[in-house]
This record gives sequence, C-alpha cells and structure tokens, in this order.
Amino acid sequence: MPLHPQHWLRPMPGGLYCEPGGFFIDPSRPVDRAIVTHGHGDHARAGHGRVAATTETLAIMAARYGEGFARETQALAYGERISLGDVTLMLEPAGHILGSAQVVLEHDGCRAVISGDYKRRYDPTCPPFTPVKCDVFVTEATFGLPVFRHPPDKNEIAKVLHARELFPDRSVLIGVYALGKCQRVIALLRRAGYDRPIYLHGALQALTQLYESRGVALGPTASVAGMVPAQLKSEIVLCPPSAIGEVWSRRMGDPVPAVASGWMRIRARARQARAELPLIISDHCDWDELLQTVRDVDAPEVWVTHGREEALIHAIQQTGRKARALSLIGYEDEE
Amino acid sequence: MQLFADLLDALSYQPARNGKLRLMEDYLRHAPDPDRGYALAALCGELDLPSLKPAALRDMTIAQIDPELFHWSYDYVGDLAETIALIWPTGNTTTHAPPRLSEVIERLRLAGRAEAMTLMSDWLDGLDATGRWALLKLAAGALRVGVSARLAKTALSALGTVSLEEIEETWPQHQPPYTELIQWVAGGEKPAARNTLGFRPLMLSHPIEESDLANFAPHDFCAEWKWDGIRVQVAAAAGQVRLYSRAGEDISGAFPDLIEQVDFEAVLDGELLVARHRNGAVEVASFNDLQQRLNRKKPTPALLASSPAHVRLYDALIIGNDDLRALPLRERRQHLEAWYGEKPRPRFDLSPLIQFADWSELARLRADARAAGIEGLMLKRWESPYIAGRVKGHWFKWKRDALTIDAVLMYAQRGHGKRSSFYSDFTFGCWRPFVDENGNPGRELVPVGKAYSGFTDEELRKLDRWVRNNTVERFGPVRVLSPGLVAEFEFDSVHESTRHKSGIALRFPRFHRIRWDKPANEADEVETLRKLMT
Repeated sequence: MPLHPQHWLRPMPGGLYCEPGGFFIDPSRPVDRAIVTHGHGDHARAGHGRVAATTETLAIMAARYGEGFARETQALAYGERISLGDVTLMLEPAGHILGSAQVVLEHDGCRAVISGDYKRRYDPTCPPFTPVKCDVFVTEATFGLPVFRHPPDKNEIAKVLHARELFPDRSVLIGVYALGKCQRVIALLRRAGYDRPIYLHGALQALTQLYESRGVALGPTASVAGMVPAQLKSEIVLCPPSAIGEVWSRRMGDPVPAVASGWMRIRARARQARAELPLIISDHCDWDELLQTVRDVDAPEVWVTHGREEALIHAIQQTGRKARALSLIGYEDEE
Repeated sequence: MQLFADLLDALSYQPARNGKLRLMEDYLRHAPDPDRGYALAALCGELDLPSLKPAALRDMTIAQIDPELFHWSYDYVGDLAETIALIWPTGNTTTHAPPRLSEVIERLRLAGRAEAMTLMSDWLDGLDATGRWALLKLAAGALRVGVSARLAKTALSALGTVSLEEIEETWPQHQPPYTELIQWVAGGEKPAARNTLGFRPLMLSHPIEESDLANFAPHDFCAEWKWDGIRVQVAAAAGQVRLYSRAGEDISGAFPDLIEQVDFEAVLDGELLVARHRNGAVEVASFNDLQQRLNRKKPTPALLASSPAHVRLYDALIIGNDDLRALPLRERRQHLEAWYGEKPRPRFDLSPLIQFADWSELARLRADARAAGIEGLMLKRWESPYIAGRVKGHWFKWKRDALTIDAVLMYAQRGHGKRSSFYSDFTFGCWRPFVDENGNPGRELVPVGKAYSGFTDEELRKLDRWVRNNTVERFGPVRVLSPGLVAEFEFDSVHESTRHKSGIALRFPRFHRIRWDKPANEADEVETLRKLMT
C-alpha cells in the first residue's frame, strides 16, 4: 500500500515540509535545507543552510541577496533526479519566470507535484510548464475565480502601441514587477515589432541584464537616469509599479501611466493603481488554465495554496476530484 | 461594438479632458457610419433604451454558471455588470459574431423586455470581456465615463472646421445616428435647416472687477441680479416645446411642469430656478433644491409638488415670427416686457432691472446681496445685439465676493495627469466642541470641504513637500496629515448637508491663500461657517 503524501508532506509555520526528505519547499523563514521554486522574494529568501534550485533561480538569488545568501547551494537541471533521504526529487519547468520550477517528489510509490507559481501561456523568457501526472497536485490559486480570464497578450501590447500613436507627446510608463514581468513585457513588445530602445528604472536593470546573460534576447534597453521629459516623448519606460506617481516619475513630464498585471482585470484594482492604461498581462494561470492544468496532471487529489482557494476547490470537487486548502502563510498576492 | 467598447474602456480610465477628447476624436475618425453617430448619441446620454433589470441579468447569468462561483466572484468584484461581463461563459463565441453598435441600438430600441434579454444573451456570447462590459453599461442607461454632451460634441468638431457653436445650433434638428451631421462636420455638405425648434447658442458674459468699471459709463448699461440657477433657453414653435441647457442639451423631459405651461411661440433666454409661490410672491429656493430636480430625468409627482420649476426671463431671441437677435438689448427688452404684459404666466416672470445712478450705488447693492438665489450682478450693454458665444465688451458678470474661512488641511490625495505625482487634492476641516471619553471638553477637527485648485505651481510643489513631511498615517492613496497647516479657502456659499459629518457643504471651495504662518488652533470653527449659511 503506497503511502499517501498527506503522511509525508505537511504545512508547517515555516512552509511546506517533506519529512522523509528533511527539506522545506519555499520556506518563509531560514531552515537547514530548502528547495526553492523560483526567485520571487516571497518564495526565495536568504539565510537557509542548503538551497537546491535551478541554476537560473540560484543566479537570481545571488543577484538579489549577494553570493552568500545560503551556506551551500545545489544547482539542478530540469528533469535531473536526485535523492534526499527517502525521497526522489526532480524539478520541471513551471513557465512562471526564468528558472521557475515545479517540484516533483516521489516517495514510497506515490508522486506529489508542487507547482510553485506557474502559468500556461507562451512566454519567450522561459521554458513552458510541463504537466507531470501525479497523485497529489499542489497548486497556487492567485487568480482562482472565474472572473479572471486573461485576454491574449498581443491585445494588451497593441494597447501600448496604440497609446503611443494617440499621445505622441507623452511617454508610456509601464509599472512592472522587476523580476519576470519586466523582461516578459520587453520580450512581448519585441515580438510585436517594437525595436526602439526601452527605458528602464534603475531597479529593473540588474535583473534584465541577468536575463540577457542567460540568453534571453531583449533588444536595446537604456537607463532613464538623467533624461528630461522632452527626450522621453513617445518612448516606452518601465518601472516598478510603486514608482508611478512618485517623485521619480516627474522626469517623464506627463506620462501615460500603465500597469501590467493580472489584477488589472478588475476595474477597481486598476483605478487604485492609478492606471490610465491597465494591461492584463499575468505570470500566473487564469481560471481556465488552472482547471485545464488540474485535468492535464490528472491528479485524484489537489491541494490549493495561496490565493482565492474556496472557488477553485469547489470547482475541482465538481469534477470528481478531492480538493482541499493547504494553509501556507507568507506568500503575497504580488504580481 | 468592439471599437466602441474599447473607447468606453479607455475613457473610463482617462482622467484628463484633453485625453478624453483625443480618444473620442480618434474613435470618430475610424468608426464607420452609422455606428459612430450612435456612439455620439450614447455619449451625449440621448439614447432611450428599455432598461433591463439588474436582477434579470444576474438570473440569466446564474442559469449558465455555478451559482456558488457566481456568488464568490460577485463578492470579490463588487459590481454586478462587471462581474457578469467577466464571468460570462466564452464557449459560445464561435456561434455568435460580435454585433455592431448600430445593430445593438436599433434592435434594443424596438425590443420588449423578454426579447431584449434574448438579444443580450446572444450578444454577450459574441463579445469579449470589454465588449460585454460596454454592452451592459449601454443597457443600464448610464455610461458614467466622465463625458458630457458638450465634450462629445467638442470632439466631433475636431474632425473638421465646423465650430462647436454651429454643431450645437444644428444638433437638435438631427436624430441619432446623426449621419448627415457627422458627414458635414467631416467636410461634407451642410444639411438643410428643418425647423425652428433648434437650440441657438447663448450669448455669454465675461467676469469683471470693480476696478474695471471706471472705464464704463453707467447709463450705457442695464443691471440685473445674477440668479443662482442654471441658464436655459425655452424654444417653442408649431405646438412643440424644448427646454435647452446652456450647452444645448434638451432637458425638457425633466421639467414637465414648465413645458405644459408653454402656450406661446418664442425663443426666450432665462434662468431656471426652483421657486415657490407664497402669499402672492415668488420665493426662489436654494440651488440645492434645483439640483434635486436636475438629478431626476423623470421627476416624481411629489418632487414636482415640493420643488416647482420656474424660469426667470431676461432676453428674447424670437417672439412669434420676429427674430429679434439683431436688435439692441434695449429694444429686445421692450418686446419681452410687452409680450409678457399681454399674458403673465405663473411659472415665468421677468428678471427685474435694477435702478442705479452710479457704480458706487451699484457696488453697495451688490455688497448687500446675499439673499437666496443671488450670485451677484449682471451688467449688459443696452446696445448689445444677441450674439452667440463669449463676445467681448457686451455682457459682464460681477459676482458677489466669495466667502472665506481659515481651515486646517486634514487629508491629501494625489491628482491626475500632470499632477499624478503631486499631492494636490485636499480635505480641510474646522474645529468644533467635543467631549472626550473622560468627560473633558475639548475641540476636534471635522472635515468641511475638499479643494483642488487656487494655488500656483510653485505653491503646489511646496504643498506636496509639506504633505510628504507631515503624514501621520496612510489609508490606501489617502494621507492623513498632522494638523499643522492652515489655508484660507474661498467658496461661494454654505449649505446644510446630511452627507457630511460636519452637517454643512460648501459650494465651489478653492484655495485662496496658504497661511504658512498661522497655527492650526487659530483656524475657524464650524459654527462660523454655519452663520454664513444662506
């Protein structure tokens, strides 16, 4: 009789703990051994003893926290199997950002997959999500409500290019998450044929260079430091969402404020973000993609972590699968 | 429909007037006929579609969606139309093509409730989320994207060389979808005039200061009170009547009590007021009472009885078949008085002329004018013909002095557009007595108004810096300020209000002076404001 993962994977105050393997996944406080799914700050924290992650995730952590972010690191290639205690572990692409991975665990005849954050649609900056059949699938639920259905990315990018034509005297200032969203928006603009330099807030430059050094071609980018409004007319500028409307943005004069995030689907959220141009571009699954993924991995049981769990659990149960909430704390709604 | 939906979507997020104009102009250039004309009518609030009950739309949605999922979604989104637009199942898009705007409006206009629901369902199937949202807004009647009829017409005028005044004058001769009108504006031939019920753009005035008066001879001018209502034009011909607002919007539907009293043929200029007859006299009510009427497209019998509409006439453009516009005001006034004298009508009266010998006497009269319904004085040159627009040197408004108060800045929010990085929107408050939980008497600040203007760019920069250095708490976009900065605020009047904690509301408050020198505890009390109430 195989041992069900509920006996060897459990939520602890510090995060999801795998007892026979002796490790945590994305722990929110320092632990001896951590597996990190991707480089976003709420999943990848500094100060662990040993960290195993993809090469790219380790590079991102080093760029954010400095080389000494953990006592010891172990770089894993996608699909490479390792043993930790009585557990076999492997990372598979999650399609969320560069280096993002799902954690595939096998123990005593059972397989559990912890998706981390993931998405299903095309992203030129990272390999696509690979569905892995499993007994228990642990999914995020950031956009776990049927009102979240992201439109095609190219529609949103077309809005940016149209705004440039409509307001030739203004720059378009897009608020983006520094890791992942920034580089994806650049890549999508390039795919739409936009070949002018894209201007970056200082906080976005290091990670963008890191992407390029990992072979993700993003075209010409430049710093906005020292520029005056007249030079930035009709240019596209990227910055962290919090910089829109801050003193920093005055160098743009009167920019068209845009925000690229899945939350922009909700009008009240877009207005709160003071976006004149809300762009629904997300690095998470929308509702349909969450349900499609559950069908693809074909797990009889699904555990739902951070986000809007109730509706997703309800919908999964309607398909005849078991589903329950896995209360993990410390992850944010940021995207 | 998709182009129109994208326009509404962009307008709903666009705070700036120029930005809105640019979006509408772009749409009007690219959308085909007759859709763009219908869009214009929708933006001007002129479409009368059968209104669909929100509950019916919700039930129609729940029939296709798990009710639990709908419930959670509605709970999260908070807006019913938006929830439906987002949650509507997308599996049926292949069987239904997205409708054109013209199709939506033409069919919805003729449809009964039941048929309308079937149509809506098919259209919702064919549209994307933005399209569905726009369709539901259209069906709800009010677009609420911050566009006035005048702004929409201004965008239309940008298509060609026809002026806004010309568009407004001919507008009422046309019906949605305004195809002839739009083609004319876009460079085509001017459509032939059809009737005399059309709006004639109004003659407007310039503000004047007391010091300017020295250049004028008192006997060249007539003086009238400046009534605190809204400017209207009454146009009646061939048994039909229209009441137009100052921008040419037809507001007849909201004022049946006036319209039914029109038994004449004339085009008259006057002030729309709420006025009650008491002991044979006409008592003008406050602007608040008029606001109640203006807010209601279809007034209830109770509202008609409690707030009767009244027009105080001050000029005549046409009486019978005689166009008087080329005559001097002196003669137009004689015609108006003679016409009114033949048959006085209770809902209409004449704006009396104020007798004065010289400017100082007039200044005294103006200084005393704080009775309800008076905003100041109008000075009109006796020789003025009636000319559309804001022509120089003929008509002047001499507003009564604004009231002022010293108040403490309490909350700040950032502005929009060029001001989006500046704290430019302020809530200010005054003191009132207050007893704390231990029974000790003290004073507390309560908000009395909001102001966004009246400072220079340099002052705005200083205010912004002050806000950033004196924030004690933040609630989302709102900064709570430490009570340390006093400003003198100007406003036109004070009214009772149940919507504000202080129980009062100010009309047109704006910054007058920032009192960097004045301590917060020397700001005024709410009681001081109450005494200024009219």
